[in-house]
Amino acid sequence: MPRQSINSPYWQGVRDGAPFVIVIVPFSMLFGVVGTEAGLRVAEVMGFSVLVIAGAAQFTALQLLSDNAPTLIALVSALAVNLRMAMYSASLTPYLGAAPLWQRAFAAYFMVDQSYACAVIRFEQEPHWSVSERMSYYFGVITPICPLWYVFTLVGALVGTAVPPGLPLDFALPITFLAMIGPMLRTPAHAAAALVSVTLALVFAWLPYNLGLLVAGIAAMMTGAQVEVMLERRKGARQP
Amino acid sequence: MIEGAALWLFIAVLGIGTFGLRFVFLGLVGDRALPAWLLRHLRYTAVAVLPGLVAPLVVWPAATGGALDAPRMAAALVTLTLGYAFRNVILAIAAGAVTLFAGLALLG
Repeated sequence: MPRQSINSPYWQGVRDGAPFVIVIVPFSMLFGVVGTEAGLRVAEVMGFSVLVIAGAAQFTALQLLSDNAPTLIALVSALAVNLRMAMYSASLTPYLGAAPLWQRAFAAYFMVDQSYACAVIRFEQEPHWSVSERMSYYFGVITPICPLWYVFTLVGALVGTAVPPGLPLDFALPITFLAMIGPMLRTPAHAAAALVSVTLALVFAWLPYNLGLLVAGIAAMMTGAQVEVMLERRKGARQP
Repeated sequence: MIEGAALWLFIAVLGIGTFGLRFVFLGLVGDRALPAWLLRHLRYTAVAVLPGLVAPLVVWPAATGGALDAPRMAAALVTLTLGYAFRNVILAIAAGAVTLFAGLALLG
């Protein structure tokens, strides 16, 4: 049944991941361009995109290495930028933890902001999905995102010019994430968490190694959990 | 700037470290039950991290050298509002992009 297959979790994932193409293409091209301009060979630029596959951390590492920062500092800084991935990993564990180990290993390798955000929204909406349906969806989201990450890093490295100047593509990433945050604000607890996240991320933006985001994220998770407990208690008190 | 084998070692270690961060819970905890208090916190991970990730990019856009920018701010507000009101990601992205282009054409 073609109709059934188009509505399968895998294809739902492909559709949900597709809008991020407008983020991935310019971002990966830019890494290819900046990498070759910094003096890296094409194979080394590709090494970053294939082995690390995390844009913000790749740019951080490249920036510090080309400034001749100590190698260990460059490494720790880039890993600190990726600390949020451990939070994503924990957050996906209740949904995907029962999958075979090799699938979890691939899911971990392909864990990026976009695949995480799509997955966690959809898994909450579809609580009846089996673990294998969730995995299919997850790999569906990755399909339009990660291969393009490799391909357009290569294009940027070979062509040496980024997307046409004048296009405000810097704002593609904020817009795609903001569009996903809106539907996430389902309860007062979610809204409170988001508010704390924004406020503390701005207040602690001065912290090095992107640690402000970590502080904001942990405080916001605690806020969400606390508000949830308070609301449940109030509801419980009202019932006879 | 480090080169050759040292650079490849750097890339490999960064790759392994990043994979470790992604794998640590999903791979090592697996389907063991997590305590209820932790699950309650994890429910808010997305809404706790993504807004904080975006906020500095909206308030201090790199394209303007970090200066507050009316078209970008307007686009951000339109995207968030429509995403919240209609729960439709594609619609929100499209409206945000239109707002950004219109704002830049008018004010830029």
